[in-house]
Amino acid sequence: MTSIFLSSALDGQRGSLGSDSRPMHEVSIAQSIIEIAEASARRVNSRCVQVIKIRLGEFTTVVREALEFAFEAARQETVAKDARLEIETVPMVLRCASCGPVTDPARELCLVCPQCGLPLEVISGEELQVDYIEVASEA
Amino acid sequence: MDRVSIQTNVLKANQEVASANRRLFEGEGTVVINLMSAPGAGKTSLLEATIRGLRGRYFLAVIEGDLQTDLDSQRIRALGARSYQITTGTVCHLDARMIARALTEFPVQGLDLLVIENVGNLICPASYDLGESLRVVVCSVAEGAEKPKKYPVMFYKADVVILNKADLAGASAVDLRELETNVRQVNPKATVFVVSCRTGVGIDAWLMWLQSAIESHRISAETQRS
Repeated sequence: MTSIFLSSALDGQRGSLGSDSRPMHEVSIAQSIIEIAEASARRVNSRCVQVIKIRLGEFTTVVREALEFAFEAARQETVAKDARLEIETVPMVLRCASCGPVTDPARELCLVCPQCGLPLEVISGEELQVDYIEVASEA
Repeated sequence: MDRVSIQTNVLKANQEVASANRRLFEGEGTVVINLMSAPGAGKTSLLEATIRGLRGRYFLAVIEGDLQTDLDSQRIRALGARSYQITTGTVCHLDARMIARALTEFPVQGLDLLVIENVGNLICPASYDLGESLRVVVCSVAEGAEKPKKYPVMFYKADVVILNKADLAGASAVDLRELETNVRQVNPKATVFVVSCRTGVGIDAWLMWLQSAIESHRISAETQRS
């Protein structure tokens, strides 16, 4: 199994949205993350979220740095205002149903098996998940 | 510190609304297209050609998404098709909630085809399920042969890729075969059409495919009801 490093390729997309290169949908993604964290904190009667752990696949439209930036703004005046955002990058892993794991890393994305030409399956790399939160223990 | 396990998709809320939208569309037997592209690739032109080709035979309507103006909506209405404009302000993509809200004011009963023309953007819309049956991505030849490799998530998630402005390949010094190869490498399963909305080349093949999709959708909806 091998990972395809796409983050830099996806970073290049940022500028094409126009002269304003602020994170765009990362803002709504950050807000969704905080909403999920807030709901979980409420369920355990906590008002202080200290860590929010995210799993972010390499093969998504979300840029890590843009998400971190958006999170800083979105967490203000919420129960996550002092929370640290931990991002685990999930590598993109490809597999051929016939030949097995793709072991030759491609320089650019290619979802066709280099050996037999069948379409490759994306095993991981599309994750955009809140894994867990850590909250202050209730005294 | 206490750890609380969540393991929830960040876009779960959008997914739930999208699934509700999808159930509504399936109940009506309506084929719904989420039409996406970079700004200026030719989504509205493709829509115009599609309306011209299908009107009179099928009931179709359009939901338009733009940051500003209703200029695209006006073009659609000029062809006699119903159109509903969503103006997002600064939001760079449509999401399922916006479509659900539109559906409270814009009835889709009796429609064979609903096209949702998304905001011109090859990044953000790829992440937001609207409840569509088909994702159609338009890429103009003038954008360069490398486009699919630069925006792989969008092209990977497409059911159909329409390569527009084929008549400009020479003037843009872009190799159409290279562009098509790049599409197929990023998405081996997509159905690809090479067209020019301006000259009409390739549009018949797209219309025939779309008609067949509408017909088979109709048949499976009727089978489910009986």
